[in-house]
Amino acid sequence: MTNSKIIMLLAAMFVAASVQAKENAADNYKTYCVQCHGMQGNGKGVNIRDMSVQPRDHTDAKAMSTRSDADLFKVIKEGGLSIDKSVLMPPWGDTLSDDEIHDMAQHLRTLCKCKFGS
Amino acid sequence: MRNIAQKLACHLALASSILVMSPVASAADGMAILQKDCVTCHNLKGPAPQTLQALWDRKGPDLFYAGNKYRREWLVEWLQKPQRIRPAGEFYGKHIKPGPKRDEIDATTLEKHVTLSKDDAVAVAAELMKLKPHDDLIAKEKIVPGTISKQMGEMVFDKFQGCMACHLIEPDYGGLSGPEVYTAGKRLQPAFIASYIRSPQAWDPLIWMPNKHVNDANIQKIVNYLELLSQGGQK
Repeated sequence: MTNSKIIMLLAAMFVAASVQAKENAADNYKTYCVQCHGMQGNGKGVNIRDMSVQPRDHTDAKAMSTRSDADLFKVIKEGGLSIDKSVLMPPWGDTLSDDEIHDMAQHLRTLCKCKFGS
Repeated sequence: MRNIAQKLACHLALASSILVMSPVASAADGMAILQKDCVTCHNLKGPAPQTLQALWDRKGPDLFYAGNKYRREWLVEWLQKPQRIRPAGEFYGKHIKPGPKRDEIDATTLEKHVTLSKDDAVAVAAELMKLKPHDDLIAKEKIVPGTISKQMGEMVFDKFQGCMACHLIEPDYGGLSGPEVYTAGKRLQPAFIASYIRSPQAWDPLIWMPNKHVNDANIQKIVNYLELLSQGGQK
């Protein structure tokens, strides 16, 4: 093996080691979303008493079906302001990977038992 | 005469050994207390949790960067008279339950922090202040002393950034999943506050505080606001 190949291999190992393992959407929801959206996903989290804007009820099929998967991805990654909603919904792009955010959008579909436009 | 000389020499030797030994003994006690009473709930060695399971299993804040984080005088005082800082404990998800209006804190699951004597608190604080693996992150912050009105500070913290969603700014106003911030100015070093707001994930990769990309000017304002808040000021 040439020196350059060894260096590339070491670099690849370093990158792999520094990337967080992907967590499943239910566990990410339990960790990051429950604090505001609630243990039951109904928008009744432990933090909400003094909030000027109440968090979305993820079990509300009617409201959730007005959001496209692309909107859900954007609001999770970039926060409420990115889709003209509340600053109280923060951006999670530095916490979750794009893959995890896609999984989360699908997890929300299971909570609302709904699809976009239905 | 010889007896007196011997006794005197003996006393001097004892006295000098006490003088020499006392700072060492105190430092050793601090580490001994940490190892005996603190490690079951606090991580003293790092790294921060790398999986959600490890995050959920955490029982108290990581202390392996305590020297980069806390103010020594606050530690000494708090360890003698601990008051809850995280209303929903750590990990918050383990201390909440569904309630009639919203999820509630399940106080029966929260444990009291141990209380130390003054001597032990001084020794433990001295040991904790040595733990500084993140001097690099602290060095990136430049804190400019300044003031802010309480009203403007609250605007930034509450309305513009939305931080009160998770943090209490008064004992009975704000969110519960993060630590209260009305004593943060007394508790934390200003550069730590700035660095942690800039990137919570740089300190604790999986923490449930998001990176809101707060700009430098607003970070300064929040640092000044928290300072004011901890003084109970109305400027």
